[in-house]
Amino acid sequence: MTTKPAIRAEAERLYAAFLAAGAAPVDADILLPADTMLDLYGEDIRARAYVTHDPLRGEMMLRPDFTVPVVQAHMAHGADPARYAYMGEVFRKQDHLGPRASEYLQVGFEVFDRDAPEAADAEVFALFADCLHGLPLRAVTGDIGILMAAVRGLDTTPRRKAALLRHIWRPNRFRALLDRFAGRAPMPPARAQLLERLAKGSPSELIAQAAPLIGLRGEDEIVARAAALIEDADAKPIAAPAAALLYDLLNLQAPAQSALEHLRGITPLLPAIEAAVDRFATRLEALKSRGIDTAALPFEASLGRTTMEYYDGFTFAFIGPADLPPVASGGRYDALTAVLGQGKSIPAVGGIIRPNLVVALKGAA
Amino acid sequence: MLKIGVPSKGRLMEKTFDWFGAHGVTMSRTGNEREYSGAVEGIAGVELVLLSAGEIPRELSAGRIHLGVTGSDLVRDKLADWEVQVAELAPLGFGHADLIIAVPDAWIDVDTLDDLDAAAGAFRATHGFRLRIATKYHRLVREYLTAHGVADYQLVDSQGATEGTVKNLTAEAVADITSTGETLRANHLKILSDGLIHQSQATLYAARGADWGQAGATLRALTQKLGVSLPEGF
Repeated sequence: MTTKPAIRAEAERLYAAFLAAGAAPVDADILLPADTMLDLYGEDIRARAYVTHDPLRGEMMLRPDFTVPVVQAHMAHGADPARYAYMGEVFRKQDHLGPRASEYLQVGFEVFDRDAPEAADAEVFALFADCLHGLPLRAVTGDIGILMAAVRGLDTTPRRKAALLRHIWRPNRFRALLDRFAGRAPMPPARAQLLERLAKGSPSELIAQAAPLIGLRGEDEIVARAAALIEDADAKPIAAPAAALLYDLLNLQAPAQSALEHLRGITPLLPAIEAAVDRFATRLEALKSRGIDTAALPFEASLGRTTMEYYDGFTFAFIGPADLPPVASGGRYDALTAVLGQGKSIPAVGGIIRPNLVVALKGAA
Repeated sequence: MLKIGVPSKGRLMEKTFDWFGAHGVTMSRTGNEREYSGAVEGIAGVELVLLSAGEIPRELSAGRIHLGVTGSDLVRDKLADWEVQVAELAPLGFGHADLIIAVPDAWIDVDTLDDLDAAAGAFRATHGFRLRIATKYHRLVREYLTAHGVADYQLVDSQGATEGTVKNLTAEAVADITSTGETLRANHLKILSDGLIHQSQATLYAARGADWGQAGATLRALTQKLGVSLPEGF
């Protein structure tokens, strides 16, 4: 069992390193209003965060991470550009017995900078690599921006692209949708029956025949989706070569420099990813200039596809023992700041280190 | 003493008594009909504890009872990592009920989780909040929907008359247990074709965290009599 003072001391060391890198300290409340978090993360966060009730302020949540309070603080009164560091407890319910802590310290560093996003990506990664230098960790990087660009560039209906983009962070559902849009998975039988019936009668007639309409979801909404289903049934499947490229991209794992060559190689077939691949190349140059060996640095195109983070560009993780979460992780989350900023968006990249895991690794060494 | 928790009333209690009776262990309630006390004959060292079926998972988890009879839906929903906390000794073959997801019959465009997910996305965009699913089985429903990548929904708690929540505009869909589906039909709801979350039945469980020092020998004698094998770890 690692002693708390050792973890606190390690956290202080990391926090000091982040401040020395030019970050302004931010404090965040431990008790946060739940509504923003629930709206952003949905049921996923309810399963993971401690939700409690305040007699005056309603549903409150024990801070599950710093992203939302730090972004909100920046939006309210931040400089532009800005660098922030924070240190504090976060709380996560654990549904399985095991070594994962439900209360632990996080130390984080975030950069809000519009000018040179790839340089900011490299700055954050190099800082983390420096702070964790000498520990038995495997660094991995990724880039969800390339995936999103590939989806946007598909030759298919806007509705199908939107459906795929909506599920970019849910790999299983994304895969199921892609299989169907590419004609690899059959249409569910009930859907085929419905389309047959829609060919003979209007949606409104079918609704009236089915049952009394109850609930808040109105007839107009059902009719609109029926129309979307008819449109979708007429759409041609995503061409096999394009689908194959996308499957290939989802599974791409290679050293970063080789991954870049591979992506350059497929860009003529997938022209929509060109700008994203250029950004990837720019980032690798920025990493190199900071002394990172990009010929050896692992790259996984799907790293960070999880609903609790919503990364949409560069991602990274420093991975230790397999049964524990990454010792450090982070990435770019421009889309999330756009949601939290209600239209105002600020390109943002950052990450967190778990000092308890750093101390555990140092103790084992 | 080996303490065994059994539902304190109704068909679940009667069927449990019948099942043990058929295996030579006679259970009965003692005292007047309002008093929750019981007796066990046919085996020595077993004490009957009459409890609400909903509380039996918690009592098993705390180790205050050694064995318990309750629905597998309740154990899986109320206990995190249920397999670590309790061991399944035997399904008892009664108390069958399916935990399912149902939506209004008039939703002609929704038959699968895939449809539900798409409808939820559009619903949120139209109404400004996530599509509400009323249930009392929060863990099971959430795990199921997460595993299937359904987004833009929220669970709202409903401890009873769940099928009425859609008509009452407090939910758009429900996740509830059903045996014949009649209540669903009467409330103009239909089950999603891939909406079966769990097939529940009354099950005999053993608490891994209970003190088995004295009760261990009784458990071996009891399982032999009941013709069920000891689970791993006992």
